Amino acid sequence: MTVKYTEEHEWLKQDGDEVIVGITEHAQAQLGDLVFVELPEPGIKVAKDDEIVVIESVKAASDIMAPLDGEVTAVNEKIVETPSLVNEDPLEEGWFFRMTLDDPSEFDDLMDEQAYKAFIG
Amino acid sequence: MQRGYRMTDLKTTPLAQLHRTLGGKMVPFAGWEMPVQFPMGVMQEHLHTRAHAGLFDVSHMAQLRLEGANRVEALERLMPVNVAELKPGRQRYGLLTAADGGILDDLMFANMGDWIYVVVNAARADHDIPHIQSATSVEVLDRALIALQGPKAEDALAALNDAVRDMRFMDARVMPLIDGDCIVTRSGYTGEDGFEISVPKAEAVAVVEALLEQEGVAPIGLGARDSLRLEAGLCLYGNDIDETTTPVEGGLIWAMQKRRREQGGFPGADVIQRQLAEGTTRQRVGLQPEGRAPVRAGTTLHAVENGPVIGTVTSGTFGPSVGGPVAMGYVETSQAQPGTMLYAHLRGKYVAIRVATLPFVQQTYKR
Repeated sequence: MTVKYTEEHEWLKQDGDEVIVGITEHAQAQLGDLVFVELPEPGIKVAKDDEIVVIESVKAASDIMAPLDGEVTAVNEKIVETPSLVNEDPLEEGWFFRMTLDDPSEFDDLMDEQAYKAFIG
Repeated sequence: MQRGYRMTDLKTTPLAQLHRTLGGKMVPFAGWEMPVQFPMGVMQEHLHTRAHAGLFDVSHMAQLRLEGANRVEALERLMPVNVAELKPGRQRYGLLTAADGGILDDLMFANMGDWIYVVVNAARADHDIPHIQSATSVEVLDRALIALQGPKAEDALAALNDAVRDMRFMDARVMPLIDGDCIVTRSGYTGEDGFEISVPKAEAVAVVEALLEQEGVAPIGLGARDSLRLEAGLCLYGNDIDETTTPVEGGLIWAMQKRRREQGGFPGADVIQRQLAEGTTRQRVGLQPEGRAPVRAGTTLHAVENGPVIGTVTSGTFGPSVGGPVAMGYVETSQAQPGTMLYAHLRGKYVAIRVATLPFVQQTYKR
């Protein structure tokens, strides 16, 4: 599976017609222990940079934005029950939502792993 | 991160290098560079303190020595607190009040026999020192201050000096831990049994390293200190009490002993005595959100959804020991009864939040 990254510290994994979205190891380490996650309703249309997920760490609230235009198809209810999954396994068990992309070519324009590593220094 | 500070402008404590070695994440706090968390993380640091023992650097707080002959009368002129009858070797919570009854700062003071030891908030030190100086002479002590809190604190500190086992809550003594005189008080700001220890600067690292070698002792950052004190129902000056709140509104009547409440003779006595007789229009209360979302400082409170504002949250976070969000704030007195259901206006939604009895966790002081 191809994995891409945004400047907002999200990762996107291509899975058939959909992408799976979560936050990076770097992001979870910066945020600290997550204690609350609010996810969007599956089926909603989203535009890039829409604030569609609210997360709260012990320190503060943050928003997770839609990485690209598209439609949310599924959300990970497990992280609502157990927000610490995001800290423990941000790249697998701690995924946030799945979405289809209005323009799949935009996925290719995102950063690859090497570019993201350079971005976070 | 607080704005307006560059790391290079910040004051550092004698433990700053040790914090870095221990993996502390350093942030600006009240003009000081302080560890907000260590690699354990805020949640585990909090739980570790309640289960074992947490070691905190609180050297940013200002330590003062008052030895003027008028020190007792001077402090009574500044605080609605009984200073005169505090016995030697005992510590007490105090409040500096303003002429309108507002709170200028909260502090701890101890009768050390021929002098009074005072500890004030870092963010208020520049205000408090000249304020107290106007009433009596003040020597600022250039020492480290550490807090050791939790059920294993006594055993850990007793390894350095067994005499601490004889101390009870709010006792204050001078004793060596390694070589130089340390000022040890059996107190703290977490709701746990524990100690605050004023250490000569040159010994600070050695004392901390010796304590970290004891069973169950881990370094804890300011992040966990905040959730620990909030669960314990303790006020953070600048959030939960400030110049716009009086001790009566702030639920701190217990800090003003009977003689002082009745006789006055402190700044704001007329306002405070009137509020004691007639009550106040608002009260500080504990608040427990019904859901899982933390409700942070500044969130407005409402008696009914879409209704007028009847209060504001002043501190709010996730309470790791409670296992859910905890908060405190001010509400109209008619809504202040524990159990009252209110609504917090959170991200455009009204979230149920209940007035709760403080503290959220049982205090385990050794009385």
